[in-house]
Amino acid sequence: MSDAKSDVVLSVEDLRIILDPSGIEIDDGVSFVIHQGEVLGLVGESASGKTTAATSLLAYQRRGAKIAGGCVGINGTDVLSASGSALRRIRGGLISYVPQDAAAALNPALRIGDQLMEILDAHSFGSSDAEREARLAQMMDEVLLPRDKVFLRRYPHQLSGGQQQRVTIAMAMANRPKVIVLDEPTTALDVTTQAHVLDTVRDLTRSYGVSALYVTHDLAVVACLADRIAIMYAGRLVEIGPMAELFTGAYHPYTRRLLAAIPDIHGKRALHGIPGYAPRPGRRVAGCAFTPRCDWRIEKCATDFPPDEAPDPKRRIRCWRWRDVRLGAGTRLSGEGTGPSFEDDRPCTTVDTTVVSVRDVTACYQRKEVLHGVSATLRRHRCLALVGESGSGKTTLARCIAGLHPFKIDGTIELNGKALARETPARTRAERQAIQYIFQSPYSSLNPRKTVRQLLAQPIGIFFKLDRDGTEERMVQVLGQVALDASLLNRYPEQLSGGERQRIAIARALAAEPAVLICDEVTSWLDVSVQAAIIELLVHLQTETGVSMLFVTHNLALIRSVAHEVAVMNEGRIVEHGLVDAVLDDPQVDYTRLLLADTPTLPAECRL
Amino acid sequence: MSVGGGATIDPREVVAPVPKRRREWVTTVVEAWHLRRTKIGFVMFIALLAVALFGRFVAPYSPTEFVGPPFSLPTASYWLGTDFLGRDVLTRVLYGGLSVFVLGISATLIGMVLGVSLGLISGYARRWVDESIMRMLDVVLAFPSVVLAMLFVSILGPRLWLIVLMVGISHMPRIARVTRAATVELVARDFVKAAAAVGVPRRTILLFEVLPNISSPLLVEFGLRLTYSIIMIAALSFIGLGMQPPAADWGLMINENRIAIVVQPWAVVAPVILIGALTVSANLMADGLSRAMMGIDRDTALS
Repeated sequence: MSDAKSDVVLSVEDLRIILDPSGIEIDDGVSFVIHQGEVLGLVGESASGKTTAATSLLAYQRRGAKIAGGCVGINGTDVLSASGSALRRIRGGLISYVPQDAAAALNPALRIGDQLMEILDAHSFGSSDAEREARLAQMMDEVLLPRDKVFLRRYPHQLSGGQQQRVTIAMAMANRPKVIVLDEPTTALDVTTQAHVLDTVRDLTRSYGVSALYVTHDLAVVACLADRIAIMYAGRLVEIGPMAELFTGAYHPYTRRLLAAIPDIHGKRALHGIPGYAPRPGRRVAGCAFTPRCDWRIEKCATDFPPDEAPDPKRRIRCWRWRDVRLGAGTRLSGEGTGPSFEDDRPCTTVDTTVVSVRDVTACYQRKEVLHGVSATLRRHRCLALVGESGSGKTTLARCIAGLHPFKIDGTIELNGKALARETPARTRAERQAIQYIFQSPYSSLNPRKTVRQLLAQPIGIFFKLDRDGTEERMVQVLGQVALDASLLNRYPEQLSGGERQRIAIARALAAEPAVLICDEVTSWLDVSVQAAIIELLVHLQTETGVSMLFVTHNLALIRSVAHEVAVMNEGRIVEHGLVDAVLDDPQVDYTRLLLADTPTLPAECRL
Repeated sequence: MSVGGGATIDPREVVAPVPKRRREWVTTVVEAWHLRRTKIGFVMFIALLAVALFGRFVAPYSPTEFVGPPFSLPTASYWLGTDFLGRDVLTRVLYGGLSVFVLGISATLIGMVLGVSLGLISGYARRWVDESIMRMLDVVLAFPSVVLAMLFVSILGPRLWLIVLMVGISHMPRIARVTRAATVELVARDFVKAAAAVGVPRRTILLFEVLPNISSPLLVEFGLRLTYSIIMIAALSFIGLGMQPPAADWGLMINENRIAIVVQPWAVVAPVILIGALTVSANLMADGLSRAMMGIDRDTALS
């Protein structure tokens, strides 16, 4: 497919993007091509400049950023030098964009049909209204949405998240562009919807020969979609190559670490996060930016940026030591995260000691019943995973146990055999202390006006009578438990990365010395590499403290690495329950099978 | 350590220097100060405050002293002429600002305390507590504020504390609305739930979790309400419900001397200019603060 020069649709050469007043580089020397009908996955962690690079293909930059150099060509049309009406014809005509958050991208005041028609009108598609309406109906078919008038007259808020994302894809496809840029379009969706959207994108590119750039931080997502993958780190492309080759034999240490961080649904293995985090623009070092986190680093790495080399015609790599990495030869600092399989050395009592038991719990959200007679038990030292799509009631159940559900609850929730009050104010201090809740988003669960010290002091002050020094000592201790340095105590949450914030949230929960830790989708806001590190940490903490864990997630692939038991939830009921391996290897219920099939994971040939 | 998170943070990154971080309202003030409108407003405000505070020490006469025939035009001995009783206008202008400042600022403070408390409670409690507080405030809002003040002043007599209180109360609904809107947004954030989950009392949550996060909009609101306070106090003085003769007060002076505005305009124009300048200056500062808070003129700086 990629042999002939003539089928190159999009070419990017030496793209350089800077922050406007400061001149700090966001992206530097980014070059790649996309062939006809090809899907290129652009993968990188947060702050790697991947979205900035992607939007610049449409000659668009967010406020404060500026394209300082380079060239973007689509079928011979120079995009970056176009302006005014020529640029408007290119955007949406030659190349189009599918945003990350469809709910925010659609105009809430316009009906779906009107918004779609607007795109066609703007580009004077066809010659008559009838032709445009025919195209509109065709677009709806392409993205598998109903084409009837009733549906087209709906407003965006009347659609589900998956439907909204399909509408934005339909908009992007409306004028039959050559290239579409998809900017993490499934991040906000749960696995089933994500699988459907990915299917749609794949079918569209295959059937209409449209090329696509798919931006994501999750290699597992592009594994089932992309033909080639480009890995981006700190604003530079570090490796690019065909998907299967990259998955089985990556040359760049960073690519290898990214792969090691992906949870595998089929085999049990420990996840390995990448130490540290991707440097933000302006904090990047000279030379290869990955150097501080790299096991393979040598002196040259910190000072000189490696040249763009081509091991074979289809691949490009920027690493001084790619030959060593390929062969696994030469000196390294420590073992790479592909080592031993997941060994569960957590204390595991066989005696049935129930810590939390939930019996026949029915709960309402406002007036609607969302949990229908759910029963579950959490045993001492064990980790129970609650899995399900959004709206399955898994978070509601977790919040009922934590006493954070402000609506009607029937049934009994017991802690160590004693019934718990419905809401936290009515519970005793010991009960509040025993159950600690870690929230989904570390961006929302930490008060931005408090330092880490103040955040940690709160539970310690409430649950323990410690003097100043004792409190300080305890804070340093819990920070150590989550592998953070005591020097972070004076920082505010905004001075921390997402992974560090989540560690602080975990430390705050640990400070109470709980018996039960409820983790509500604690990794869903984090990059895959950071997710792996957090999972590592949670497993380690359970080994050390023997705390019981309730792990709520929509990602089935994760639970092998963290949980002993799993309860699969659907529409407010537990549909399947059992040991993790038993359920995942031999699901008894169709719904579980469906969830398993939809979960993105590594391609079969590159399992470790 | 292979399973543990011990190796996951590079100590070099941890000890990296961190830019000094300020409290939110300080950041807003500093950013507002970069705007020209804020500087102009601030300089005007300080100048007027200086006139109000120290003007009396340089005044040539006593404010109640008769220095010449009523409504004399400016001469060398009385630079702004005389008022309807023949008192020196310049002297009365120099004396008459303090009451405007003191009453305006205290009325605004009263309004802020009442409004912010009700807004916080209303935004956090939701449901029927929220409804009843907000509907009660709607009733207050339904009265034109000057009419409300007139009603009480005409019943209880023109007492200064009453005027200040009534102006404060007339601000209360709007301040409460701003506070409530900001609070509702914050209460939806998980850190408030996290505090509630470990059993932090509601009062502590409101004062120490929520309030510090809404200091910027409240600062802007204070500036804006100060403008309205000054206008209202001056207006109440003008209609005779504020400061009582023979006190020197800018609002009162306009009323006393307006009959002769054609004959001796200075007795009216001077206090009008000063009240106008004061409201403009307060407004410029409030506007600068709100622009800084919303980031309208912010440099597109790096995060």
